[in-house]
Amino acid sequence: MRAVENAVGVKIPENARLIRNLLHGAQFQHDHIIHFYHLHAFDWVDILSALKADPAKTAALSDNVTNAPWGGTAYFKTVLQRIQTFVDSGQLGIFANAYWGHSAYKLPPEANLMAAAHYIEALRLQAKAAKMHAIFGGKNPHLQSLVVGGITSVQDLNPDRLAQFLYLWKETQDFVNNVYIPDLLAVASFYKDWGAIGGTSNFMAWGEFPQNENEPDSLYMPRGYIQKRDVAKIQAADQQKVAEHVKFGWYAEGKPKHPFEGETKPNPGDYKPDGGKYTWFKAPRYDGEACEVGPLARVLIAYGKNHKDIKPLVDSTLKKLDIPVTALFSTLGRTAARGLETAAIGNAMEGWIMQLFDNVKKGDLTTYQSWKMPKSAQGVGLNDVPRGSLGHWIRIENEKIKNYQYVVPSTWNLGPRCEKGIPGPLEEALIGTPVADAKRPLEILRTVHSFDPCIACGVHVIDPASNAVYKIRAI
Amino acid sequence: MGKENEFYTRLENKGVTRRDFMKFCTLLTATMGLSSSFIPKVAEVFAAPKQRPSVVWLHFGECTGCSEAMIRTMYPWTDELVLDILSVDYHEIIMAAAGQQAEEVLQSTIKKNAGEFICVVEGAIATANNGIYGKVGNRTFLEIAKDVCPKAKAVICQGTCSCFGGVQAAKPNPGGYKSVSEVLGIKTLNIPGCPPNPLNLIGTIVNYILLGKLPELDNLGRPLFAYGKTIHDQCPRRSHFENDEFVLEFGSQEAIMGFCLYKLGCRGPETYNNCPTAKFNGGTSWPIQAGHPCIGCSQPGFWDEMSPFYKEM
Repeated sequence: MRAVENAVGVKIPENARLIRNLLHGAQFQHDHIIHFYHLHAFDWVDILSALKADPAKTAALSDNVTNAPWGGTAYFKTVLQRIQTFVDSGQLGIFANAYWGHSAYKLPPEANLMAAAHYIEALRLQAKAAKMHAIFGGKNPHLQSLVVGGITSVQDLNPDRLAQFLYLWKETQDFVNNVYIPDLLAVASFYKDWGAIGGTSNFMAWGEFPQNENEPDSLYMPRGYIQKRDVAKIQAADQQKVAEHVKFGWYAEGKPKHPFEGETKPNPGDYKPDGGKYTWFKAPRYDGEACEVGPLARVLIAYGKNHKDIKPLVDSTLKKLDIPVTALFSTLGRTAARGLETAAIGNAMEGWIMQLFDNVKKGDLTTYQSWKMPKSAQGVGLNDVPRGSLGHWIRIENEKIKNYQYVVPSTWNLGPRCEKGIPGPLEEALIGTPVADAKRPLEILRTVHSFDPCIACGVHVIDPASNAVYKIRAI
Repeated sequence: MGKENEFYTRLENKGVTRRDFMKFCTLLTATMGLSSSFIPKVAEVFAAPKQRPSVVWLHFGECTGCSEAMIRTMYPWTDELVLDILSVDYHEIIMAAAGQQAEEVLQSTIKKNAGEFICVVEGAIATANNGIYGKVGNRTFLEIAKDVCPKAKAVICQGTCSCFGGVQAAKPNPGGYKSVSEVLGIKTLNIPGCPPNPLNLIGTIVNYILLGKLPELDNLGRPLFAYGKTIHDQCPRRSHFENDEFVLEFGSQEAIMGFCLYKLGCRGPETYNNCPTAKFNGGTSWPIQAGHPCIGCSQPGFWDEMSPFYKEM
């Protein structure tokens, strides 16, 4: 949409920008909560150990570390009973055959029970948070109110709907500030060694949340590029320096290409990890370098630019955990950055809601700017979505799409080696990961999941003793 | 009665109040088009089984939007579905196991529960070059479908991709993607939509457990309780259509007044679904309420047949 708006030269009205920011802010809140509690938590939390917890001690722990609106001995007793009933049924469902009891799990039973309770609470909270999307987008997922030129949900731009949105935002953000962040700190304090595992070198963000029509200057999460971990020197990020390599992807051979010239010509083959093609991913590179994108990249770039909200959040977190700034370049740093940006972006949403209230009060209901399709044009749309930098490139000829390419977060993070054989960020991050039991490589999952991959991908672990290759699928 | 009391005690132990539970049963009974006399029976469905029905949920060529939509369910909540009502034995996104451990679970489940489990399929199946375009754990979608689906008691296609091919099967379709029924030559129960409303799957499963059979279907395999009428026939903007009151541009005065979206390309007249009555996300809204034309996402071949979306039919 932004690519087409760029190509046809339309500027969207302020109300449309604010509603898009709110929808996207809600997406960050929602996505990151689901990731932490439902896609990543069981890499750190042993739910079977929770059965050994003392509900009274769990209640005390919960009072001590969170400001959760629920708790108390009776509450944790009920949760414990529910898990026990579930386990006793003999049908372990979604919890069957995981790595429970693994030596890499470090939380005491009470912390595991607290986390299990919050897993359930977060499942309900995320369904409520998604209502924010339905208010201005018709439904979640796959919102349907976004069009070139603005948004369509003009009838919902009224005080009732705004109040409903505000209420849901508050409930969600209270959860972030009172439960998610405290849980993150509590869990992290048991896994500080993961501040030295799973790091990468280069970072890039297109940035997101324009505060006025000037991009990238007004972006709340800024645009930038960090080379070789030099956070003191944030470089400008320029889309012209992007190229995609296909040497190790199942595509027709070709030189690295900028997305405007990009081609997608499938050339399927067998899986050949040793020098041959092995993936459907292309390998995106920025100025020839593999770049990590996503929460850690955004937070590091904001930190390096002395962001008014992010800088103090990061500094206070490092202080609370008593870890150095270099610990950010890690699996722990990545997972922490995701939580911290959720807090910052969520807090910023309040201002956007209030601006909308003001506009409605003034009688401004403008949500759409009309536009004309030119005979031919080209456009770029850059932004950052929860998993990282997203770019769309469109070329229009005779009022039709001539070429359309997009470069998405998971190809930046999990893509294969480039033409020169340099590994992508995930591969770099996994090198040197200590694995206690190669048949149950929980530690690998931690780093893979910390990138919040949007695809099913193949990872190989080699047992140095037997040289046996174990295949792990990360979801 | 004793059994019922025992059930409510069990529910309360799980943190579900009797009132919440009856609310869910009432909503579900209405969605399924059953009379209110069925409400206690719907409740019974969840009271009866000590053994929770086993569900195997497969992911093929898809975007996971259908799973995402499913976990937005509020009646019942997702934790109730996965902990108390069903036994979701295999679901790549929400299961805790990964890799080899996950595949072991799939194999043991379909062996142990052969002929008993419900197989839900999300996504289309690649058929070109023997299915090489789509694999999980180095097995093609095609192999997995042929292995798992015939062993199930019923195959439910969740979302337009598994029902009809969806975006994967849109032209030029290099992977040769097809629907599950086309690939396996079996009749599937189809719950299309991009994504479908979670209520429609829950209604189907309850119907199945309650009456011991699948709900009545139309000629495309869709449950009539949800897909029996067009969007147009149930649309709250219908009177504007009859009165020739149309939105000609987004954001216009006509849009603010909620006129009919037909001239902006609305596919409501040829799309069968219950969006206007069931709505999404706990009844919050649906696309036409948000001022956007229906794009016909629950119809076969909608990417090719319904586009360009903003052109009047």
